[in-house]
Amino acid sequence: MSTAAASTAWTKVRQQPSALARLFDNKAFLIVVCLLPAVGLLMTFLTYPLGLGVWLAFTDQTIGRPGVWIGIENFEFLFEDPIFWSAVFYSVFYTAVATVGKFALGLWLALLLNQHLPMKSLLRAIILLPWIVPTVLSAIAFWWIYDPQFSIISWALMEMGLRETPVDFINSPWSARWSLIAANIWRGIPFVAISLLAGLQTISPSLYEAALLDGASPWQRFRHITFPMLMPILAIVMTFSIIFTFTDFQLVYSITRGGPVNSTHLMATLAFQRGIPGGQLGEGAAIAVAMIPFLVFATLFSYFALARRKWQQGESND
Amino acid sequence: MATVSVRDARKNFGSTPILHGVNVEIGDGEFVVLVGPSGCGKSTLLRMIAGLENISGGEIAIGGRVVNTVPPKDRDIAMVFQNYALYPHMTVRENMAFSMKLAKAPREVMEEEVQRAAKILGLDALLDRYPRQLSGGQRQRVAMGRAIVRHPQVFLFDEPLSNLDAKLRVQMRSEIRELQQRLATTTIYVTHDQIEAMTMADQIVVMNAGRIEQAGAPLALYDRPANTFVAGFIGSPAMNLVPGEISDGGFRAQGGALLPLPPATPANVATYGIRPEHLVLAEDGIEARLVVVEPTGSETQVAMRIAETPLVGAFRERITGRPGETIRVKPDLSLVHLFGADGRRL
Repeated sequence: MSTAAASTAWTKVRQQPSALARLFDNKAFLIVVCLLPAVGLLMTFLTYPLGLGVWLAFTDQTIGRPGVWIGIENFEFLFEDPIFWSAVFYSVFYTAVATVGKFALGLWLALLLNQHLPMKSLLRAIILLPWIVPTVLSAIAFWWIYDPQFSIISWALMEMGLRETPVDFINSPWSARWSLIAANIWRGIPFVAISLLAGLQTISPSLYEAALLDGASPWQRFRHITFPMLMPILAIVMTFSIIFTFTDFQLVYSITRGGPVNSTHLMATLAFQRGIPGGQLGEGAAIAVAMIPFLVFATLFSYFALARRKWQQGESND
Repeated sequence: MATVSVRDARKNFGSTPILHGVNVEIGDGEFVVLVGPSGCGKSTLLRMIAGLENISGGEIAIGGRVVNTVPPKDRDIAMVFQNYALYPHMTVRENMAFSMKLAKAPREVMEEEVQRAAKILGLDALLDRYPRQLSGGQRQRVAMGRAIVRHPQVFLFDEPLSNLDAKLRVQMRSEIRELQQRLATTTIYVTHDQIEAMTMADQIVVMNAGRIEQAGAPLALYDRPANTFVAGFIGSPAMNLVPGEISDGGFRAQGGALLPLPPATPANVATYGIRPEHLVLAEDGIEARLVVVEPTGSETQVAMRIAETPLVGAFRERITGRPGETIRVKPDLSLVHLFGADGRRL
């Protein structure tokens, strides 16, 4: 009897799911509902601005005047523009030199921090500082460091009697270019160092011991163990670093605003300069769009460099 | 091939002493097993012999040459690590050839050595695989291959079988032993598994808390353990070690059991030791209450109580009794081990 009663009650519940419950049981509906917030956010804040930017690049819109479609006229103009080509050159140069510098110093720092040092965690926290500080703040600090009159470096060199006059950091094209690269390297090292340190710590110490017994010198241990084992994480960190450096804006714009005589314009700062203060939205957008091939190239680089190496493949068979 | 002498070796980590002066003499071609519980210093001693840990005091000599300050690569040793430490980005061939590559050996020599080791270990078909593509037992063999190609004077093994499943462990145990006999290379093998120690060793060194408790041939340790630690550590199931004192013409154990003593017993017995397999069923034995009966097929292990004294027995007979029922057992008096209050054998 009791079984029968229980089963009737159970059937009852089953017979009467509310309309809302039935709606949520519908898989298609559920998928749409769950995707909606994410898709909405992405469309509003990613796809729309990107699409608008690309569209603007093909119009002659300026601030306060709606533009009309002009095809690739903006790009034709830029193609003839020496300042644009100077920005392209400096973007590539800035990215290449800063990346090499960041990775050389970052790897060196990571290797140091991977040793048994006293107060290791405090040191690691200190290393991270340049990265934590807002870019604009550190840019202002560098602005002062590079100031023609009040530069602390000039002051120190003069006090030590190494120079008679202050150093000219940001008032001639090449010294300004190198000074900005130095600031970017300073800012980028922590990210590289901490990421690579994480990679180093995944390498089993017994591999080094085995290599020690196999007769490997410190350089050979780095060359045959550390470097190949670090390669996967090195590739991903380098891709990120290249993308961030290539699209850098804050540091350059805060310190030199692209000067002197446009020599330190990156593509991003030039795009902003032409588009917002200059009012030529179409032209600025075209410069920004011109960055896309470079970024696609960097992404492809990551795609191929990051492709799992043969030794990482295969089922783990423990 | 070489002898290895460890003389009064000491090791401190900071101010904490790990090894308190250890002496071991290992003969040429001997297979020595260092065995002891976790943290007893056996791996540290092995790593000191390998040169991976520096020596805080005493000296270690390999082939008569004191190696305290000799770097690991010049000690002429090869080591197999617990996790094998295979280079994951190198194939089996490259793993085995790595030491020769560093030594700039000619290509033909490298290939010849690798082929020879691969043949010995049955790795011929796997030379172009990466470690990830190998099973545990195969990785273990590659690690041994890496050691073999170097023709070392001494092989060092640091718990090499602890990552394998039980069946494979038994198989690799005899493979390692066979290999060692074939190459006749002095071998030092660290394990916490006393069965591995018993089955593989020419000489067992039992360590505990940074000291050597006893060293000797496996059966010598089994037959005449020097103290209660070795008595409890060697043998499975472990020896019954019953505290108590001599009275009433026998040994009055804690818990109330009165156990018979062999003739001419000294008076200061504090611990009575009898191996489970040396308890026998006998009509004139002591009455014991069954607690747990564990038939293994070849023998029956029995947890029982005499009065309130717990004892374990292992009998060839099949015992069908249920918990709570009684059997009659007695110790084989010629195989009773007696220990003093300091734990030493009397």
